[in-house]
Amino acid sequence: MRRLTRDRLTSFALITPSVVAIAVFVYGFIAFNGYSSLARWDSLLPDFTFVGLRNFQKLFTLARFQIDVRNMLTFIGLFIPACLAIGFVLAVLLDQRVKGEGLFRSIFLLPMAISAIVTGVVWRWLMSPGTAETGSYGINLLLEQIGAGFLKSGWYTDPQFGIKAVVIAAAWQMSGYTMAMYLAGLRGIPEELREAARIDGASELQIYRHVVLPLLRPITFSAAIILGQIALNIFALVVAMTGPGPGFSTDVPALFMFDTTFRGGNFAMGAAIATIMLLLVMGLVVPYLIHTFRSEVQV
Amino acid sequence: MSARSSAFTPRRLYRPLIYAALIAAAALYLLPVYLLLITSLKSFQEVRLAAMWDLPAGLSLESFVRAWVGNKAQGFTGLAGNFLNSIYLTVPAASISALLGSLNGYVFSKWKFRGSEVLFPAFLFGLFIPYQSILIPLVVVLQKMHLYGTIPGLIFVHVVYGIPITTLIFRNYYASVPTELIEAAKIDGASLLGIYRWVLFPLSLPGFVVTLIWQFTAIWNDFLFGVIVTSRPVVQPITVALNNLAGSYVVEWNVQMAGALITALPTLLVYIFLGRYFVRGLLAGSLKG
Repeated sequence: MRRLTRDRLTSFALITPSVVAIAVFVYGFIAFNGYSSLARWDSLLPDFTFVGLRNFQKLFTLARFQIDVRNMLTFIGLFIPACLAIGFVLAVLLDQRVKGEGLFRSIFLLPMAISAIVTGVVWRWLMSPGTAETGSYGINLLLEQIGAGFLKSGWYTDPQFGIKAVVIAAAWQMSGYTMAMYLAGLRGIPEELREAARIDGASELQIYRHVVLPLLRPITFSAAIILGQIALNIFALVVAMTGPGPGFSTDVPALFMFDTTFRGGNFAMGAAIATIMLLLVMGLVVPYLIHTFRSEVQV
Repeated sequence: MSARSSAFTPRRLYRPLIYAALIAAAALYLLPVYLLLITSLKSFQEVRLAAMWDLPAGLSLESFVRAWVGNKAQGFTGLAGNFLNSIYLTVPAASISALLGSLNGYVFSKWKFRGSEVLFPAFLFGLFIPYQSILIPLVVVLQKMHLYGTIPGLIFVHVVYGIPITTLIFRNYYASVPTELIEAAKIDGASLLGIYRWVLFPLSLPGFVVTLIWQFTAIWNDFLFGVIVTSRPVVQPITVALNNLAGSYVVEWNVQMAGALITALPTLLVYIFLGRYFVRGLLAGSLKG
């Protein structure tokens, strides 16, 4: 019994540094940031005079923030469905016992291994529209060369297109992730289930619609949460690819926070933007964590 | 038998369509990689916008040399020093956070205590937070610790914020180690650390490979912490330097692409040679692995 207690003490000693680090650097810092967002601190010199919700009130009236919120809604609304759909289709295709499955899978996942900065630099060039004097570049040039010039666009230089250009690059980078999740899920479905449906006379399409998709619902759920969290935090890709864009048409809250705080020196306002971002992510993730760990305890 | 053959006929028909779709998708995914490769391999004479999609006439390493050593006349420094910074940063940070994750994962999977089922999700929350919400206090505290603007400071930051993911990967990994093994060692009188050292650690190689690869990739590719913590170019990691290089419009496209390829190369090589461990780390991020 005494040895057990000593082991117990050792186990606490092992995790204490991490517990302290998480307590301070995650929870303590979030609290610090939260308080800063309620303070006057609008220059390099810290000023913790309490001003209530004044920073938030001001933030909501700023045009850039309103555009950012709209951009983020567009981004989430396109990015999540795109990644889910592309990932699911690719996973289903790869699940047909194809030759070279490993190679295809590696190609689809390759962008995941690359820094968002690299992705941004490459896609910035791909989507450079070109000028009247130089002719088209990048994708526009390629579209002309294959006779699809009518699809040409100003991409991120066109305020109407704006953030959608970033969605394309982000989906290129992340859709392999949903493919990997769906493929793992498909591999977990016992073949007997599909076989049984086949014997009952179901077509392959019906099997996917009525057997496979419902069984994959937990994966769709997890993937949507993770993609949502990625979308809300998107930063490096936008910095490298477009910056805020014309009329803030490719701007996102993370970039606004960075500019406000570390370029503009308005720390309290930056903290307020960060607080909003955190609340949005928490609304998404906390129910998910509770759901995941409650069901785990039951198992 | 009839049901089987009727299920097979449409499958046969679909087969060429399946391959056509996969090849088309693969071509689209590889398009940016193709452009990255051919552009960075072109010589300066060959870079014409109208021919940007054409293969290079020969292999020229000019752009790589320029991206690596820089160009004083144009006033930009090369990526060589930043590449080394990223190595000095990534190797220790990934190693330390893997070791921490292994110890945490061991306790959370094999030495559960009252409250550990609450503490663990509390750790995981750190996996999802927007880092913007900790940046301001982070800068303040790093300055107080005299770590701000240094590579050790950046290592420290990556180790701390790597705790959630490394703990998660190892907890899931150790959960698959039979508890009987631990119990048997306990009966033989082994202590907690003895069990870790003699039973669990020797079984941990795959867990360490997955975690090291994951952290290596994540830290090498990081931009946010790099740009926040290091302001002087001499200590900046390569992602920050690449972004500066690409942002200065004096630098030609082919040098930018060569720089992008240099930045991507270490993680690409890891991915190409150890890809299946990378995918395991990836799926661990969806919590239940």
